[in-house]
Amino acid sequence: MVYRTHVGTLDSYEKGLIELDDDLQKYAFSNIFEVAGAASPFERVAVVQNLDYVAEVMRVEGDSPWYAAPHDEFALVMDGEVSFNFIKLADGQRPSHEGGAVQLGAKPNGPAMGRVTARRGHQVLLPEGAAYQLVSSKPAVAIIQTVDGPVTIKRWSEICTLR
Amino acid sequence: MDVMDAGIEKIGTDPDTGYTSFRLGSFTFRRDEYFAHITWPRGSHIIEIDRFLRAMVRDIGWGFFYGWIFFDDIFGTTNHYGTVDIFAGSYDRGCKEAGIDLLETFPAETVAHAFETISRDWISEGYDPLNAPLETGSPMGPKGKERTDPLLRAFIAADRMLGLEGDKSVRSDATGHPINRAFADMNFDAPEIVCEPGFEGQLHAINLFEHIARSDVTWNPSISAVTRANICCVTSEEHMLPVIHGNDRNEWFIQLSDEIHWNIADKNTGAPRGRVVMKAGDVCAMPADIRHQGFSPKRSMLMVLENGTPGLETRYASGDLKPYPVDFG
Repeated sequence: MVYRTHVGTLDSYEKGLIELDDDLQKYAFSNIFEVAGAASPFERVAVVQNLDYVAEVMRVEGDSPWYAAPHDEFALVMDGEVSFNFIKLADGQRPSHEGGAVQLGAKPNGPAMGRVTARRGHQVLLPEGAAYQLVSSKPAVAIIQTVDGPVTIKRWSEICTLR
Repeated sequence: MDVMDAGIEKIGTDPDTGYTSFRLGSFTFRRDEYFAHITWPRGSHIIEIDRFLRAMVRDIGWGFFYGWIFFDDIFGTTNHYGTVDIFAGSYDRGCKEAGIDLLETFPAETVAHAFETISRDWISEGYDPLNAPLETGSPMGPKGKERTDPLLRAFIAADRMLGLEGDKSVRSDATGHPINRAFADMNFDAPEIVCEPGFEGQLHAINLFEHIARSDVTWNPSISAVTRANICCVTSEEHMLPVIHGNDRNEWFIQLSDEIHWNIADKNTGAPRGRVVMKAGDVCAMPADIRHQGFSPKRSMLMVLENGTPGLETRYASGDLKPYPVDFG
């Protein structure tokens, strides 16, 4: 038997359904491609919240600002191709806030660490101690595993199926 | 909570089927060609043997996971992270009202040893309960030759991220994990990593979809990446989750490919609440006050995000934390 694997893209996805005799807010049911399709480039929209932790959906289109976090983060590319550029931060440049990514005012001074180019299904380490930038010439989608932080956007009522 | 100090005991061997019966505390376990039979002083229960073994082997491999593992509506375990409850009817309204339910608590290692002893006796060559039903033989019938290979392929648990030097490996041909038949239509390439001199090994990326596609087990997650206590688990799912999971905390599912149908019920009573059908790209929370069971018509890829902060189970149980994750304001 030949199997056909179904994956979603920004241009083609089919959202499932939620049929519950319960308050649907408890389930916060959304779709990452729908969220990315309605987002501006590089907004980091929470689709998962586990107390302090979140997963953010990012629409990657063009050159992002530079970000850094006081802990490891991870990006999973779900559509398109994304280049991740990395710069090593000096001790005095490292973010000192509690958690989550912070947007830097400009490209930081420091040595370039290199670049990762990732496509659908690739998971990328965004290491503590490094600033990073995402670049894509065409709209792409990434999920970022991180901590609820200064650039995390909450728009649950807009993204979730509530009836 | 009293913790039993009894261990697993052999009761006898059925001369016709060849299977051994066991006792753990007040529970006895017996199997015949088709079914597992569980008895306790005030009650008894029967579970189809494939379902029973698929549940039992996963329960051990998961280290009893988070919270409640219902083998079916009647029998199961609850993890207290050091001790484990074995229960029968404790979360079933009928059994509770009839007063025939039983719950006993044991050290976790006692239950793990007991379940592995039972599984090893009741599983014969040619049957692997961690495989999808289309990829293994049947457990039905009399006892055959016992398997000598490991029954368990437990969590692959990355400390930081799969594939980093010194961390757990990504699955590959070299590790003995070919691409599963259900993902043979996908193309898997590697991310390109270019490190400047002096930063070799500090940048890292993997093909996570390929890692999942090479899994030889179903409904058996591996941890791919960890942010503090935020754990990213990935797993390949086919046929049905052979347990009903009642979590002791909120967890989240992100459907990476294909679709899974989830039946949702009240955690304490088992009363149905409805269903969720998740398709590729869908995200859904599983609140802490439900049970859920998944059905995956085609092998699919699922990401599960768990908060592994120690002690959360106590905070949810006490009502300190709400049993759902998002405050809509």
